[in-house]
Amino acid sequence: MEQFLQQLTNGLAVGSIYALIALGYTMVYGVLKLINFAHSELVTLGAYLGLTLLTSLALADRLGPLLGVLLLAVMVMGLIAVVGAMLDRVAYRPLRQSPRLSAVVSALGASIFLQNTIMLIYGARYLNYPHDILPKMTIHMVGIDVPLVRILILCVSILMMGGLFFFIQKTKVGTAIRAAAIDQGAAKLVGIDVNRVVLLVFLVGPALGGAAGLMLGLYYGQINFAMGWSYGLKAFTAAILGGIGNIPGAMLGGLLLGVVEAMGATYISFAWKDAIAFLVLILILIVRPTGLLGERVAEKV
Amino acid sequence: MKLLSVSRLTKSFGGLTAVNSVSFDVQPDTVVGLIGPNGAGKTTVFNLITGIYRADQGEILFKDQSIVNFPTHRIISQGIARTFQTIRLFQNLSALENVLAGCHSQMKSGVLGSLFHTPRQRREEKMALEEAMEALAFVGLDSNALQMARNLSYGKQRLLEIARALATKPSLIILDEPAGGMNEHETWQLVALIGKMKERGITVLLIEHDMSLVMRVCENIVVLEYGSKIAEGPPQEIKTDPRVIQAYLGVEEDD
Amino acid sequence: MIQYKTIALIITTGILAVLPQFLNPYWVDVLNNIGIYAILGLSLNIIVGHTGLFNLGHASFFAVGAYTAAILNTQYEIPVLWLIPVCGLSAGLFALIVARPIIHLRGDYLCIVTIGVNEIVRIALINNVFGLTGGSNGIFGIDRPNVFGMTLRTPMEFYYLILAFGAVTIFLFRQLEYSRFGRALNYLREDETAAQGSGINTAHYKLAAFVVGAVWAGMVGNIYAAKMTIISPESFTFWESVIIFVIVILGGSGSIPGVILGAVLVVGLPELFRDLANARMLVFGAAMVGMMIFRTQGLLPQRPRKYTLPQGRRNGEGGE
Repeated sequence: MEQFLQQLTNGLAVGSIYALIALGYTMVYGVLKLINFAHSELVTLGAYLGLTLLTSLALADRLGPLLGVLLLAVMVMGLIAVVGAMLDRVAYRPLRQSPRLSAVVSALGASIFLQNTIMLIYGARYLNYPHDILPKMTIHMVGIDVPLVRILILCVSILMMGGLFFFIQKTKVGTAIRAAAIDQGAAKLVGIDVNRVVLLVFLVGPALGGAAGLMLGLYYGQINFAMGWSYGLKAFTAAILGGIGNIPGAMLGGLLLGVVEAMGATYISFAWKDAIAFLVLILILIVRPTGLLGERVAEKV
Repeated sequence: MKLLSVSRLTKSFGGLTAVNSVSFDVQPDTVVGLIGPNGAGKTTVFNLITGIYRADQGEILFKDQSIVNFPTHRIISQGIARTFQTIRLFQNLSALENVLAGCHSQMKSGVLGSLFHTPRQRREEKMALEEAMEALAFVGLDSNALQMARNLSYGKQRLLEIARALATKPSLIILDEPAGGMNEHETWQLVALIGKMKERGITVLLIEHDMSLVMRVCENIVVLEYGSKIAEGPPQEIKTDPRVIQAYLGVEEDD
Repeated sequence: MIQYKTIALIITTGILAVLPQFLNPYWVDVLNNIGIYAILGLSLNIIVGHTGLFNLGHASFFAVGAYTAAILNTQYEIPVLWLIPVCGLSAGLFALIVARPIIHLRGDYLCIVTIGVNEIVRIALINNVFGLTGGSNGIFGIDRPNVFGMTLRTPMEFYYLILAFGAVTIFLFRQLEYSRFGRALNYLREDETAAQGSGINTAHYKLAAFVVGAVWAGMVGNIYAAKMTIISPESFTFWESVIIFVIVILGGSGSIPGVILGAVLVVGLPELFRDLANARMLVFGAAMVGMMIFRTQGLLPQRPRKYTLPQGRRNGEGGE
């Protein structure tokens, strides 16, 4: 029982990070019907930039861990947001009117380009985040000792997701994003500047992804230029699980996938952990491609 | 024997009932028209007959055999062919290759035959080419055989779609607004073509908005409005049917 | 009347036949790699180029073929070349089983699933599934191929084997293009609804495209296994699939000369510019983006098929 609860909290923590990454995929897909393959590289970039800024500016030393990490997060999110917007400008905007395959190939190309740029700059070996920043203590709850870090990650993620949810549901800009996701043409007709919406999506999504990358670095302590690949595919699975294009769905999907994966790794097999995620993906697409919360789209002939 | 029999055909999309319990028959060797204002559900009926949509309810009998919810390619091989309201040609292929698509269902060669070009495969290819040219000549496009479909004029593209449909050797051909975008001359050519098809023993079911064409060419007319059938009969009756007039022109306001 | 094309073909064949005599073994091996990737590209071309299906997991079919050869050869000592049809069959069967439930998925989703399949296969190989695959170290000790009593060992000997296989592949695939099957794939790529409406069973042909592409990849896997004598899961990653995919897209979707050119560029160029090799993937990525923006159809796009019209129908007036 104790192990179950431990894995549950672990799964929720990791799952919340998946959810943050998944939001990036789902928002872009919702508005552009494009799978942003390069999103995973933005997560990796977030982790690396976080490390660079953390060590070069000695933020934790100067401001103390809490403020330091906070400032770090803000900086990383801002930078990755800019990179995200540039990514759209260079690789996706020219292909808005082109067939789907072109955008998919371009996204792949951008992903490969970014990943290898990171590798060339930072090298292929694993890099370590400083170990002494995050609190090591555990909190006793529901009968077990849960690492505080897990709770922190879960809380921070949920906070960010809550913020996004509020933004999307309650603000005018958020409504514009939702409108553009439903029907771009109709959105334009009611006066929504779709280009601005797309820009926003490519700022917010990557920002969340960058934050996720930073969190991954802090939580696991080690980063590698290829880390985005695995997390990205899993986060994408989470997005599909919840219903691609559906924001609450991505949040739910992320948490669910995190838990399923943690349970699977513990009770079925650790070696096949990654395969389980892909298997889940394939099964969802075969059995219920619209996901848990997704909507059905009718096609006119 | 009725060639095509549609009974109580129903299809809804979400909350909208596009086709509401529509029933009508098509007798062999006739030309039947399906008319009605925009949004009446005419193309949806065609899509249901040809298996592109699944019917919620109802029955479709072709040559006394039920074809409702068959996959499209199977319906085609039973002997129903169609053209599309928005022209759906293979734009980057030649006219000849477009028609060869229609010949596909009449041919048998599989992967092995195609890989090794067996004598039987080569004979079949030769025959298919001849049939394709024949279909093109039937609609008057044989001199355009090697031109790319997207380079043909609009009217010729419509004829090409018909040629492709004819290549499937249908007993019933369904034309969805075949005169759309055609000028007067082309429309009269189409009328002649429909006559030729009838002579060949092909039954024609068509959707059209051009009333002069419909009145001239159709022996029986079915009228739809808001998904339901409101009238059926020969052109003369339909022309003077008050419900039909009301559907197209609206009701007179009583002051 | 001899056409230019035939002359060009004869000259090219001649050059290819004697080329290895003038090169040192290293470069002959480079040519061998180009050959293998070219054939892989041609096999993927059936799926991606001709049918328009986004298959980013082609390396998994390659892997099934290679491992089939490796396992059957090392366990049962069956000569490698005899196993070529078996490898093709096993890869084809695998493709059939995997593709059947997913064939109706829309483009990008199908793409993701193929990536997932590739990963699952790779993980299964690493985890020594069924106890047969040797884990992350792979399988070693695969026999060299034996042709009419002569064991192939040197790059030059392999060159002729690969050249022969390549030539047969090109010949057969060209025949496939000029056939009912090849046309059906293109119709389905251009407009699936119109293809269905013309009577083509699109689900069947999508599946058939996968299987044919897989069979060929499986057969090449056999030759690859015999050439390397050691195979391991690292050779069959997602990035391998990407390389093969890039070869097809960059070279020219649906075009045999295009795919061959793609292989020459993607495999050959990094060899010519050794310094570039480190940044090879970087250039790939940029090239993919660039090609899509500036030249979607690839360097040597698919050409329209040529037909000789039946006699007496040239202009509808009965001869001329």
